[in-house]
Amino acid sequence: MLAQPILLTLQLAALTTVILLVVGTPMAWWLARSTAWWKEAVATVVALPLVLPPTVLGFYLLLLLGPHGPGGWLAGWWGGHSLAFTFPGLVIGSVLYSMPFVVQPIRNAFEAFGDRPLEVAATLRAGPVDRFLTVALPLARRGFLTGAVLGFAHTVGEFGVVLMIGGSIPGQTRVLSVAIYDYVETGEWGTAHWLAGGMLAFSFIVILTMMTLEKRIGRTGP
Amino acid sequence: MTGAPQLSARFRGRLGAFALDVAFTAPARGITALFGPSGCGKTTVLRCVAGLQRLADGHFALKGDVWQGDGAFRPPHRRPIGYVFQEASLFAHLSVRANLLYGHRRVVGRGAPETVRFDEVVGLLGLAPLLARAPLHLSGGERQRVAIGRALLSQPQLLLMDEPLAALDRFSKDEILPYLERLHGVLSVPVLYVSHDIAEVERLADYLVLLEAGRVTAAGPLPDMQADPALPIARMPEAGATLPATVERFDPHYGLVTLALAGGRLLVPGNPEPPGTPHRVRIAASDVSLARTPAADSTILNVLPTRILAAEPQDGVQVMVAIALGTDGSGARLLARVTRKSWDTLGLAPGQPVFAQIKGVALADPGGWTRGPGSL
Repeated sequence: MLAQPILLTLQLAALTTVILLVVGTPMAWWLARSTAWWKEAVATVVALPLVLPPTVLGFYLLLLLGPHGPGGWLAGWWGGHSLAFTFPGLVIGSVLYSMPFVVQPIRNAFEAFGDRPLEVAATLRAGPVDRFLTVALPLARRGFLTGAVLGFAHTVGEFGVVLMIGGSIPGQTRVLSVAIYDYVETGEWGTAHWLAGGMLAFSFIVILTMMTLEKRIGRTGP
Repeated sequence: MTGAPQLSARFRGRLGAFALDVAFTAPARGITALFGPSGCGKTTVLRCVAGLQRLADGHFALKGDVWQGDGAFRPPHRRPIGYVFQEASLFAHLSVRANLLYGHRRVVGRGAPETVRFDEVVGLLGLAPLLARAPLHLSGGERQRVAIGRALLSQPQLLLMDEPLAALDRFSKDEILPYLERLHGVLSVPVLYVSHDIAEVERLADYLVLLEAGRVTAAGPLPDMQADPALPIARMPEAGATLPATVERFDPHYGLVTLALAGGRLLVPGNPEPPGTPHRVRIAASDVSLARTPAADSTILNVLPTRILAAEPQDGVQVMVAIALGTDGSGARLLARVTRKSWDTLGLAPGQPVFAQIKGVALADPGGWTRGPGSL
């Protein structure tokens, strides 16, 4: 009974983090290196979840994922009529909600080393893809670590958006934070204690690990 | 220079408020210095040659191989260059060895002939003790040596150096200069060397391109350029001539070396060296005075017959005089800075024979210019 929400949460966080690394890296690269005048507008949109109340984001996501939005149209492809209150819908919401926590550290890392290492690599015959893989990625590894950890941890901890667009369907959308809320509501304080305590320990370990790793990378790298 | 392999460059365009309009050719061997004050566009020219900066109106060719021109533009990673930046810019995430091999792997690994070998560069630049270290733990001079080695190992057909010594302290500079001189002697790669330090240029360069405010003011072999009293470098306080010389013999009794140069001989304090050893000597314009007759009762050892080539008044008080060694004036060229009063009193004029009294000669030795005593 306890395992289900934990497993679901880990699945959601892992999937979200992977998607964010895949989508966020080119986005961070573009934000770091583009000279387009409107790039800060894009950066602002990415950063919006940092300040928006989760219920606001949840409300718009509900419209977006619901039967009358693009989510409903998308769900029609496999016979559903909405992405709201489904696991895929939760993933989409989490990706949007956690995006600034992944994109921002990676963008900062890409910006931190400037043009020079890439120019040096170019004069040493490395083509654009080669330069990206052998110079930009390794030099930005700290940003990737921070982004991945923050993205994962933040997804594990989200509540408001999940509740708005996912509800509390066991095995589908009932993640840890929602489960704790439910247990408190129904007076099962003992179970709530176990889950809440577990979350506390998890968060502590995540942040401690990140700081230790960052320090170690900081000693050998830039 | 027609017929000889050469590099030709022409770049014209605006970069922000800066307008660049340069064109020059230089021999595709030895060291060509791009010299001028800060902000004159030297670095921009070098970046254009590398392809790091793209001016639409540009043309560059090395030995007939066009890198930019007629609408074509080869990106930097397709140009056979080595680029040494002012700051070493080593890859912080790689060891010294991996830094050195970064370009090498991509060039030799793709089947290009290996003309510059790893062991050779490591030996030449004294890098053996550094190979396993991380760039973070190197001194400024060590880092720049690794950067030079890394550029050389990418098997360049043209080495571009952007003030490689400017970011270093005096000590590190003196550490690197001898290495650069050795490279000059050993490797056949032509070098474009950007500098605003005339002493560096005189020690290293064979050919000089003078830049000012985004334009080329003059270009030519270093000795010719130095001996032209009309050029801006002749107005610098340290103006002088740099000449190739070879050791003829050593006089152990007085500790003097006889150096032979085109059209004359010089006696210089020095160490015993085998005859034929090449040196670069530098004679400052302020160390040369002129006389109508050879003074027999002077303490000055080096009094050479010369002929006046040209003269250029400077600041109303002084005159910069270009002279050539030999009674017929066919030898090496020197500069002499004399007062306008002396010039008029002696009735000097271009074409006349005069005796040059040389009070000081500096030898380019590893570690710096060793200047001979003021009065020999």
